[in-house]
Amino acid sequence: MRLHVITGKGGTGKTTVAASLALALASGGKKVLLVEVEGRQGIAQVFDIPPLPYEERKIAVAPGGGDVYALAVDPEDAMLEYLEMFYGIRRAGRALTKMGVVDFATTIAPGLRDVLVTGKTTEAVRRRGKNGRRVYDAVVLDAPPTGRIVRFLNVTQEVAGLARVGPIKNHADLVRGVVASPETAVHFVTLLEEMPVQETLDGVAELREAGLPAGGIFINMVRPAVLPPESLEAALAGRFDVGELALGLKAAGLADGPADASAIGEALAAEVVEHAKRAALEHREREALAEAEMPRYELPLLADGVDLAGLYELAEQITSQGAA
Amino acid sequence: MMARTAPTLHMDAILDDRDTRIVVCCGSGGVGKTTTAAALGLRAAERGRTVVVLTVDPARRLAQSMGLTELDNTPRLVTTTEAGGALHAMMLDMKRTFDEIIEAHADPDRARQILTNPFYQSLSSSFSGTQEYMAMEKLGQLRRSGKWDLIVVDTPPSRSALDFLDAPERLGRFLDGRLIRLLMAPAKAGGRNAFKLLNAGFGLVAGMMTKVLGAQVITDIQMFVSALDAVFGGFRQRAEQTYRLLQAPGTAFLVVAAPERDAMREASYFVERLAEDRMPLAGIVVNRVHVSPAGGLSAARSAAAAEDLESRGEHLLTAAVLRLHTGRMQLAAREHREQDHFVSAHPTVPLAQVPAMPDDVHDLDGLRRIADLLATPLAPSGA
Repeated sequence: MRLHVITGKGGTGKTTVAASLALALASGGKKVLLVEVEGRQGIAQVFDIPPLPYEERKIAVAPGGGDVYALAVDPEDAMLEYLEMFYGIRRAGRALTKMGVVDFATTIAPGLRDVLVTGKTTEAVRRRGKNGRRVYDAVVLDAPPTGRIVRFLNVTQEVAGLARVGPIKNHADLVRGVVASPETAVHFVTLLEEMPVQETLDGVAELREAGLPAGGIFINMVRPAVLPPESLEAALAGRFDVGELALGLKAAGLADGPADASAIGEALAAEVVEHAKRAALEHREREALAEAEMPRYELPLLADGVDLAGLYELAEQITSQGAA
Repeated sequence: MMARTAPTLHMDAILDDRDTRIVVCCGSGGVGKTTTAAALGLRAAERGRTVVVLTVDPARRLAQSMGLTELDNTPRLVTTTEAGGALHAMMLDMKRTFDEIIEAHADPDRARQILTNPFYQSLSSSFSGTQEYMAMEKLGQLRRSGKWDLIVVDTPPSRSALDFLDAPERLGRFLDGRLIRLLMAPAKAGGRNAFKLLNAGFGLVAGMMTKVLGAQVITDIQMFVSALDAVFGGFRQRAEQTYRLLQAPGTAFLVVAAPERDAMREASYFVERLAEDRMPLAGIVVNRVHVSPAGGLSAARSAAAAEDLESRGEHLLTAAVLRLHTGRMQLAAREHREQDHFVSAHPTVPLAQVPAMPDDVHDLDGLRRIADLLATPLAPSGA
């Protein structure tokens, strides 16, 4: 697999998963490019580095050697670069900017913006060095959210209204060739909650319909199971044993007398009931995700939030679960 | 413990104030913006107001919770209330809204010319800014209709969720830009021979555009732009009117966030951006805040007690519950820190918190519960 496209509903941790996957893919001496396209500087934020320019630069070293490069694609720069690469138009770039052509092309012309940024990404996938070998072993694209992903990747369709023939159409066809190839996988990031799971299933269906290659599902921020299933069942049925809990609290020296023990016990039992409801919901959502018939990977909720150490921890999980 | 305490956001005072005519919910994707908009709409209706909630692309279940099953661009009655209010809701259909503008402002011939233009067709359904323009247009229409005394708007989940503020300016830049004049020039000269009459500078750019885009595209764009020019004279003015409406005192902006780093950072950006545009900010709503009914038992004590019980091999169920509680308190503490950063940077912005719920919202009862929580100041959890 050369191109990994990561999508997911807002708030599911798409960028975190993309960054960890890039680290996992690079481990053991590989070279991986991590690309972002939405101008949010999300990569800089998760790696805690200054904002990225429109330039491929090394941002991290992977476990066991290996390099992660990053690139924040800016549609305007991508357009000027495209003109220069394919038409040798360099100096005219400024005139185009001044005329509003670049602005027009990157914001108003339908689909062109997406073709430019996916074009830049697929160029990195195809690029070969002097030795004839590919420059990057893999490219990870932190893509737009689930609701927009198929339109974003389905570039030929998108520019159809703009250009049925001609250079843009050719460029779009080239991009499509890479995106729809067996070398590409589109992965979904979700949480075990109703809305993100529903969006994931809708997105997978839409992706398949468009003939684009579905990869895996990354279930993010999974909380560990701390209570045995029978306690969860009892809590859901309203049979959780508060008396037993209170005895334990007293034994642990957390309560001043029986009244206090039972008050704390009641409060903690309320927490257990909520947890049990949540666990039941998560169970239902896991079963719903299974229907997509895609490989599923589970990433733990990081107790200290996402920091650099957390990214490496997630990368290790990704490797050990066989996703990279 | 917040290092500073933010002022409390009194939601009911805003909803009860008859001078509040528009509430705009903005925030990054996935923070519960649409749910907040719907819950506020329901609460206002139950407090006697005639409300319409304008949503953009709601999640299916949430739409169902308000009884919306189709995207038909018309406000539908959700419920009337005992207080004499009513809740209506609609989903924005950007293409239909765009088509309606064309149909309303062009003679039938010209309208057909525009509606069948391939450039228009892709522009109206896929241009990344169309949703923002059309949300603004729809808001203006709803406001001018005078049928509702409160409009609650859920902003589009665009890459930058405040793009709608830029809509009039971007549109203006496009319509007044030199590019448009360039494209209009042949049409105005009456000739179909594109770019012939242009000076050298224009000619260079035009030649390049033809080379890159292809001649057919240029012709389509020219037809589209010249047709549009006749129709859209008033479009920009209307967009500007809506922009000024948003700045007026009858509007209340709510920034919606979740207590996570990215969402709070985005919230800060929104607050600053709204101030820059002199938009009236009412406050921030932080959704899905974790609180504990046993907040008096700290994470550290809980963890130590769990370890103690585990090492003695006694009361293992209690130990597991204490582990659960420890995790919960750590999460609450982290969420506090994230909010703290925001409050330190924006100490005067009123804040309301909505506790995390174990289940999602499925019906009006669910929305009502959210609204109750939203309007009730949260007791400090002692985390």
